[in-house]
Amino acid sequence: MKQPKAIPAVLPKTFAAWFAARGWTPRAHQLELLAKAQTGESALLIAPTGAGKTLAGFLPTLVDLAQQRRNIRGLHTLYISPLKALAVDVARNLEMPVAEMNLPVRLETRTGDTPASRRMRQRRLPPDILLTTPEQLELLLGSADAEHLFATLQRVVFDELHALVTSKRGDLLALGLARLRNLAPAMTATGLSATVRDPDELRRWLVPQTPPQNNLSALVTASAGAAAEISMLDTRERLPWAGHSAIHAMPEIYEAIKRAHMTLVFVNTRAQAEAVFQQLWSINDDNLAIALHHGSLDASQRRRVEAAMAEGKLKAVVCTSTLDLGIDWGDVDLVINVGAPKGASRITQRIGRANHRLDEPSRALLVPANRFEVLECRAAIDAAKAGAQDTPVARTGALDVLAQHILGMACAMPFQADQFYNEIISAEPYRNLEHATFDDAVAFVATGGYALKTYDRFAKIRQTKDGLWRIANPRVAQTWRMNVGTIVEENMLKVRLTRERKPIAKSASKSSGSGSLWYPTRLAGGDPATAQRPQYTGPVARGGRVLGEIEEYFLETLVPGDTFLFGGEILALQGIVENEALVSRARSDTPKVPSYAGGKFPLSTYLAERVRGMLSDPRAWKHLPTQVADWLELQQHLSMLPPSGDMLVETFPRGGRYYLVAYPFEGRLAHQTLGMLLTRRMERMGLKPLGFVANDYAIAIWSLADAGTRAKKGLVSMGELFARDMLGDDLEEWLQESALMKRTFRNCAIIAGLIERRFPGKEKTARQMTISTDLVYDVLRRHEPDHILLRAARDDAMSGLLDLQRLAQMLSRIEGRIVHKDLERISPLAVPVMLEIGREPVYGEAREQVLVEAAEDLVREAMGN
Amino acid sequence: MQQAQTTRNETAATITVASVSLAADPAGALWHEEARLLAVADLHFEKGSAFAMRRQMLPPYDTAATLARLATLVLRYQPKTVVALGDSFHDARAGERMARDDYDALRALMRGRDWIWIAGNHDPQIPAGLGDMQEELTLGPLVFRHEPRHGDSHGEIAGHLHPAARVVSPSGSLRRKCFVSDGTRCVLPAFGAYAGGLNIRDAAFAPLFGIRPFTAHVLGRARVFAVGGRNCVGD
Repeated sequence: MKQPKAIPAVLPKTFAAWFAARGWTPRAHQLELLAKAQTGESALLIAPTGAGKTLAGFLPTLVDLAQQRRNIRGLHTLYISPLKALAVDVARNLEMPVAEMNLPVRLETRTGDTPASRRMRQRRLPPDILLTTPEQLELLLGSADAEHLFATLQRVVFDELHALVTSKRGDLLALGLARLRNLAPAMTATGLSATVRDPDELRRWLVPQTPPQNNLSALVTASAGAAAEISMLDTRERLPWAGHSAIHAMPEIYEAIKRAHMTLVFVNTRAQAEAVFQQLWSINDDNLAIALHHGSLDASQRRRVEAAMAEGKLKAVVCTSTLDLGIDWGDVDLVINVGAPKGASRITQRIGRANHRLDEPSRALLVPANRFEVLECRAAIDAAKAGAQDTPVARTGALDVLAQHILGMACAMPFQADQFYNEIISAEPYRNLEHATFDDAVAFVATGGYALKTYDRFAKIRQTKDGLWRIANPRVAQTWRMNVGTIVEENMLKVRLTRERKPIAKSASKSSGSGSLWYPTRLAGGDPATAQRPQYTGPVARGGRVLGEIEEYFLETLVPGDTFLFGGEILALQGIVENEALVSRARSDTPKVPSYAGGKFPLSTYLAERVRGMLSDPRAWKHLPTQVADWLELQQHLSMLPPSGDMLVETFPRGGRYYLVAYPFEGRLAHQTLGMLLTRRMERMGLKPLGFVANDYAIAIWSLADAGTRAKKGLVSMGELFARDMLGDDLEEWLQESALMKRTFRNCAIIAGLIERRFPGKEKTARQMTISTDLVYDVLRRHEPDHILLRAARDDAMSGLLDLQRLAQMLSRIEGRIVHKDLERISPLAVPVMLEIGREPVYGEAREQVLVEAAEDLVREAMGN
Repeated sequence: MQQAQTTRNETAATITVASVSLAADPAGALWHEEARLLAVADLHFEKGSAFAMRRQMLPPYDTAATLARLATLVLRYQPKTVVALGDSFHDARAGERMARDDYDALRALMRGRDWIWIAGNHDPQIPAGLGDMQEELTLGPLVFRHEPRHGDSHGEIAGHLHPAARVVSPSGSLRRKCFVSDGTRCVLPAFGAYAGGLNIRDAAFAPLFGIRPFTAHVLGRARVFAVGGRNCVGD
């Protein structure tokens, strides 16, 4: 597409001089973005890390404020970041040019930590630039001051837009942007983003969508920096068949850390972070300053790690996606990614965290934790070389978020339904929202929107005679304010370390004297001999230190006495009291509960395709470690390689049971759902399935009947087994009782405001909630299956925990393309997924098996055994 | 009634209290065959609308759902007497909020049998036209009351606590509503559609089941499982 000739940017002398004084030249994309702003265009800037993205984003604001003679001061630019810490960091970085050029600019941050007095002042006497988060923006938009506050707004800048738009948070932000456009008609929007698969999706997001037009913002693309140097660890050790902790590679990772200046060690889950951190410390003979950073750790602990990083005091940080985004933490010169990369774009962005200078290549080392991950790492390296991107596709706006926003905007001022509808459909994620659905959402906000109208007198919002919708009383607004936001992913419980017995307290005080605050006392110091000795600390009192937070659903899989890794320590659960998990230090070497999730992010469709391609083509194996190539060769010999377009299904007997292993490569979530549906179908076919396990690549089901032989005799058809129609009645039936579906529903109910987590005057945790959303789900499903909340939950199930969309695509992909191998014994390729048995929870709706076994236990006890 | 008899035998489990043999139904009701008496606890009618009053608009179908499940049981067992063990109505004004259809359905269910409302702590009075309330009902060695008494209380059948058990076995763990009994007394699970469960390892149960070993009769999908205390853990 030919772009019209760009008008050159006007950079005032002060600015040119400032750049020169620092020995800098303004970069082409910085000037180009400035030019777009000066002609009043909304624009998307795509730039790699280290390209001066933030300065590019703010340059138009600073230039404008430096030149403008304004009689009325007001909010000029709003900056939105996905992270509170990033907003604070950016504000700090901006202060430098402002001070050095002596610009008449006042800039402030506003986060959950901002004192109430300052927030109040910001509403009345706003700064020129306000740096904040999506939730804070929504709160401002829902306040009575919104109209006044945003009237002067000229620009809104969205940082890390690619990360913001992929979640419900992005939906809420898109709705907020639509409202901003109405309050400040002169405003333009700027998005700052890493490289994405389809920039047009983000360009649409930034500007109003009025069908049938396809409005796009302007696009500025910075030139790519030096290509990254990515290598895969070719381990000297034997590559594990399964698992995610890469214990085999720890000495090699340690060596790499030692050689580098400063290293970020990325892992996919908190559990992995804990395991890697513990392993590294167990071999840390040089006492390297290796720290741990993940979202569940106490905030103050994380801040300490970040500060130590920025000051260059650390040698390495083991971290999860909490350090994926933006903040310049210091002189990182090596990124190590342990485990599967999961996506091409994800790995590119992580690698970009090393070396924040554009002209020098980033160095990255990929460490596969098992054999399949070797294939995935190889595919990711190839994808990165090819510059391929696989960021998620644009979302359809969630209905629960819509409901929350409707109430919020009613809190700001009364609304007229049709006008409000038009505003909402100008937001990209909601462009196709039907008016009837909007009406349902309004009805839901008002009275729950049930077919049975019994709650009219309790309505939260009501339509008055003038046709406007208003909130019933100020308390409604107060409650909304306390519940704003879309991040409810999990109920979190505080992890509190209960008082310890003397010997342990002594070791803790000894090491706290060493000043190593960011790593745990047990690993930081103390006599290894005593530290290793298993020793039960016994029941302990309450009132100790809070170590961080942990997902409630994880704790629900533990029973008191179980040990697990947290904060680099092995802890024993003592019990759960109210909303706290009481733990004590356990003196054992191996936690009983190894991990609770293989990875939050499923393998991307794009990488999966590359992996399938690589598997089926022996010529591609020359880049693979010998161990892996040998393994694949053996598979070719003993069974067959999964053809790239077809799906391989293997069946074999083992230990008195019959196994069916399929290789769809569609990610764990889709495989879990597949397993649930397949086992139901096998049950009906009389194959007596007992359970299944799934990983990112394959699924293994075991049963009492021999599906392989029956298939060979033509009694069972694999095509029928994997037929698409499992997404019909089987799915409906399963959704009725699926724990994952209930969790999905719970999130929707909370976001939509059906269940309030916090009330004025008291803060309730979900545990104390007097109503269980599972019970609500059961009742609603039976009595009003088309209710808007159930629709919202079903939409979520398509992409979320159940990944139905991907499953559906897979089932059509393999239609008529299933290759079945009936084997005498387990195949080499099946080993990894078979090893998951016993490590990962066994699924299957035969969960009442728990009750059967427990009841048998009682019978045995009664019989005197 | 031959058919009803078979269904019952397959799904219900026996709980013996004070030497009286009772059948625990997986729907969460207790059946006294000899007296043809059906006991249910903590119906919490109109809990949904009680939340709506505080502007949490829970689906307004809980009363109908609870009644429908109760009606199924009444149809199957054909009880001479139904005992509702208190907290049948979520609050004092539940009757005013109850939909006409639900009210009529309840009346129809009560017709032709003795219906005993035991007083609970949530429902100081019973809505007009639905009969009276009493503190307790004594039947042979059994005493039906709402709140179980601390210490020994031989033959007590009670509700109030909403017992639920978290059962562990080698296959994992599962949390379900349950009956809990030690042979001298029995606490019933809450029957209401929006009534949750309290773990039997909670301190509230300690004064009741402190001495003798107890059994949790856990509600499965189609049957009741007797699980020993050692397989029940705290949350």
